[in-house]
Amino acid sequence: MIELKNLRAGYPGRPVLEGIDLEFRPGQVLAILGPNGCGKSTLLRTVNGLLPKSGGQVLLEGVPIDALSPKQIAQKIAYLPQSRSTPSITAGRMVLHGRFPYLSYPRHYRAEDREMVRCALEWVGGLELAERPLPELSGGQRQKVYLAMALAQNTGTILMDEPTTYLDVSCQLEVMELARRLAEEGRAVVMVLHDLTLAMRFAHRAALLCQGRVQQVGTPEELYAGGTLKQVMGVSLERVRTPAGWRYFYP
Amino acid sequence: MSSLRTSALGRKGRLIALLAGLLLLSCVANLALGAVPIPPGEVIAALLGRGSGTTASIVLYARLPRLWGCLLAGAALACSGVIIQGVLNNPLAAPNVIGVNSGAGLATALCCAVAPGAVRLTPLAAFLGALAGVLLVLFISERAGAARITLVLAGVAISSIFSAGIDAVVTFVPDALSGYTDFRIGGVKNLSMARLAPAFWVILIALVIALSLSNELDLLLLGRETAQSLGLPARPLRLALLMLAAALAGAAVSFAGLLGFVGLLVPHIMRRLIGENSLPLLLSSALGGGLLLTACDLASRLIFAPFELPLGVVLSLVGGPFFIWLLLRQRRGGGGL
Repeated sequence: MIELKNLRAGYPGRPVLEGIDLEFRPGQVLAILGPNGCGKSTLLRTVNGLLPKSGGQVLLEGVPIDALSPKQIAQKIAYLPQSRSTPSITAGRMVLHGRFPYLSYPRHYRAEDREMVRCALEWVGGLELAERPLPELSGGQRQKVYLAMALAQNTGTILMDEPTTYLDVSCQLEVMELARRLAEEGRAVVMVLHDLTLAMRFAHRAALLCQGRVQQVGTPEELYAGGTLKQVMGVSLERVRTPAGWRYFYP
Repeated sequence: MSSLRTSALGRKGRLIALLAGLLLLSCVANLALGAVPIPPGEVIAALLGRGSGTTASIVLYARLPRLWGCLLAGAALACSGVIIQGVLNNPLAAPNVIGVNSGAGLATALCCAVAPGAVRLTPLAAFLGALAGVLLVLFISERAGAARITLVLAGVAISSIFSAGIDAVVTFVPDALSGYTDFRIGGVKNLSMARLAPAFWVILIALVIALSLSNELDLLLLGRETAQSLGLPARPLRLALLMLAAALAGAAVSFAGLLGFVGLLVPHIMRRLIGENSLPLLLSSALGGGLLLTACDLASRLIFAPFELPLGVVLSLVGGPFFIWLLLRQRRGGGGL
């Protein structure tokens, strides 16, 4: 489990996050919500050690993250950034890079690494993509490949920055289903999301950020009842009960 | 998946084997053809030390060093291009475009002016000059978060400054570059094995290290954030890889002068043929660079035989139009450069 305690972070001369207390619990999908520029991506980058924090603590299984090497962090936390370059390599090769943190110089991927890649691609339902070049894949297929890469990285925590952006609705749902399945296998999944209806439907818990502070953390039901969503996001949500649970929508 | 992977590996393997075969042919042609044609049998006899007379001398002391010069400079410049393009994530960056070659050139000119006899020092000086060029570009790209074209324009500016420096050195010490027949445009005439030896070792060692870092280079292609999140110390590694690129380009410039286009053209073609996996890309670019230079060198000797064009002239005549064609084709195809 990852715990953030009074975390402060940002860029030189521009603090972004203030006094963040949050837990990334195994077995749960945590959605990070909030308006543009409130520090959602900064939060993920800081937790992953990509940005230095300016105060507070990030504890990984109780150990301060500063005490860990980049390689050790990479064995515990996988991170899918919002945007990335798509080099002309095959999807299988891309997923294989997820095994990088487990190799030492000179790095040669082993048979067991390749087997994990196969399992990961199979798990996300993308085994047939293995030999296809990345630039030829659709946005949804690429997101599957990135998820498989995170899976091959075999970490307890997976951070995703807006994984559903630019995807059509069915692909968005597929990515959210996969995130949910990852959590069911005991991983902590943390997703920055803009679509409140998706977040409220799939997340176990959601954290609402505003101006670098956590305004509310709780289950979707608690967030819905709390009223801070309207206050922070400027929109209200409605919901209907369906046999599969609550479904939220913009009125 | 494993069967598919084998077929992909097989395709790359076949391409690399084809390149190696073509390179071998080109090497034999290089030794056999020229102002004085020499039958392949005699070439082999000369190489094995069983030749005698003028033909053996031509093979061993004129054509063989020249061939080695082409192979070394071609492999070094092409691999330097692959590394620079990967690290800066910019397919337009190449050692001659971003001022690495001219930095090495200025340092070589300075070294020759100050210590005319110190042949062994020139690769070191060229490396330092190339490193200065590459670090300047890295600084600009990090500072300005530079767009691809900005980086290229900055490279043009840096190249001009270094070129002015070379001119200044030659103005004050007119004989500084007299050991080079075509320094400014690049050439491999009048080389000797002794002169190539220091550059040979630098290129060999740098290539072996670069090949051993191919997985790291692959990760950098995914973007800095992804690379770092996979546990790669991106900053020191970028620096280390750029130093390797500088060593490669510097070593090539130290004996062949300012050869252009190899570092841009060869990686570009190989990327299309073989994809962006760094290990096969580096291997095929090393072979392709050698092939391009040996073929151009042969052409430079044969087109106006018995007169010779400098290698750099042929290279620019072939490389320039080919690159423009590539650009136009890519534009029509809608592929981003």
